[in-house]
Amino acid sequence: MTESAAPSSSEYIHHHLTNLVSGKGFWSFDIDTLVTSAVLGLIVFGFMASVARKATSGVPGRTQAAVEILLEMVQTQVRDTFHGESGMVGPLALTIFVWVFSLNAMDLLPVDLVSLLMGSVGVEHWKAVPTTDPNLTFAMSLTVFFLILYYNFKVKKCGGFMREVFTVPFGAKMAPFNFLFRLIEDLAKPVSLALRLFGNMYAGEMVFILIALLPPYLQWLLGAPWAIFHILIITLQAFIFMILTIIYLSMAHESH
Amino acid sequence: MNINATLFGQAITFAILIWFTMKFVWPPVVAALDDRSKKIAEGLEAAERGRQDYAKAELRSQDALNEARARAAEIIALSEKQAQAIVQQAHDAAVIEANRVKAQAQAEVEQEVMRARDSLRDRVADLAVSGAEKILRREIDAQAHADLLTAIQAEL
Repeated sequence: MTESAAPSSSEYIHHHLTNLVSGKGFWSFDIDTLVTSAVLGLIVFGFMASVARKATSGVPGRTQAAVEILLEMVQTQVRDTFHGESGMVGPLALTIFVWVFSLNAMDLLPVDLVSLLMGSVGVEHWKAVPTTDPNLTFAMSLTVFFLILYYNFKVKKCGGFMREVFTVPFGAKMAPFNFLFRLIEDLAKPVSLALRLFGNMYAGEMVFILIALLPPYLQWLLGAPWAIFHILIITLQAFIFMILTIIYLSMAHESH
Repeated sequence: MNINATLFGQAITFAILIWFTMKFVWPPVVAALDDRSKKIAEGLEAAERGRQDYAKAELRSQDALNEARARAAEIIALSEKQAQAIVQQAHDAAVIEANRVKAQAQAEVEQEVMRARDSLRDRVADLAVSGAEKILRREIDAQAHADLLTAIQAEL
C-alpha cells in the first residue's frame, strides 16, 4: 500500500469514508446516502407490498410466510411493550426494522466492490452503507422524536403534558428542575437512537475497511468471522432501534 | 460526521416509507393473518363439535340397541307366557271335553241299562202273566182279574 501509484492507507480509508456530497455548507446533499436508501426502500417495501397485496388467509406460500413471520415478530413486540392505542406504531416499527436492517445489510457487500463499480462509471465517492451517515440516523431518530412529541400532545393534551413536564418527578415547587430533567431526558432519546446506530455501523464499516488493507490472502481470516458476526450486529441494531421507538412511543402514551 | 440537508431528504424518505407500510404492507398482511386465525378457530370448533356429535350419536345408538334388546326379551317372555297359556287352555278344554264325553257315555250306558231293565221287567211281567195265565187259564177269567193283574204288573 506504500507504492507511489496506490493510495496510502489513510488515503484509502479516507476515500472509503467520504460521502458523495453535492452542494456547499449545510445545504448540501449526500447523494450516495439518499439514493442508496431510497432505492433499497423502494425494492424492499415494494416487494413486501406486492406480497401483502397477494396475501391469502388460506395456506401461505413461503414468501408470504416469511413476511408474516417478520410482521408477527414486530406485532408481538408492539403488543408486549406498547399499551396505548394507535394503528401507527405497528407499521412504524416494521418500517424501522426492515429499512434499518436492509440499509445495514449493505455493510456485508465487499467494501471495494461498490466504490469500484461506481468508480468505473466516473463517480468518485460512494458510501454503500447509508446507516454510516449520521444524516440518515438522525433523520430517523428526529422523526421518532417528533412522533413522541405529537403523541404526548395528542394523548395528554397540552395541559396534561405541561403538567407532566413541570411537576414530575419532584413536584410543582421544583418546576425548573423538572423541566430541565425532562428536556435532557427527551433530547437524549433521539441523540442516543441516532448515535447508537451510526456508531455501530460506522465502526463495523471501519473494521471492514481495515481488514481490506491486509494482504489479499489473509483477508478471509478476519473478514469472514467479522462478516458472520456482523449479521448479528445489523439485525440487533435494527431490532434495538425498533424496540426503543416502541418503548418511547409507549411512554408518550402513558402518564408518569 | 457532518450534518447537512441530507437530514431532511432522509426524513422525507422515512416518512414516505412509514406511510407506504401503513397503507400497503401492514393492513393486507394483518387482515390475512386475522382471517386465517379466525378460520383455524372455526375449524377447531367444528372439529370439536363433530367429536361431540359423534359421541352423542354413539350414546344414542347404544341406548337404542339396549332398548331393542329389552323389547325383544320382553316379547320373547310374553310369547312364552302366551304359548304356555294356550297349551294350558287346550289342556283344560281337552280335559273338560273328555269329562263331558265320559259323562255322556256313562249316561247313555245307564240309560241303556235302565231301558234293558225296563224291557226285562216288562218281559218278566209278561212271562209271569203268561205263566200265571197258563196256570190260571182254567180257573180264572182274565177279564175278571185284569185289575189285579195290572196291579201286580205295576208292582213289578
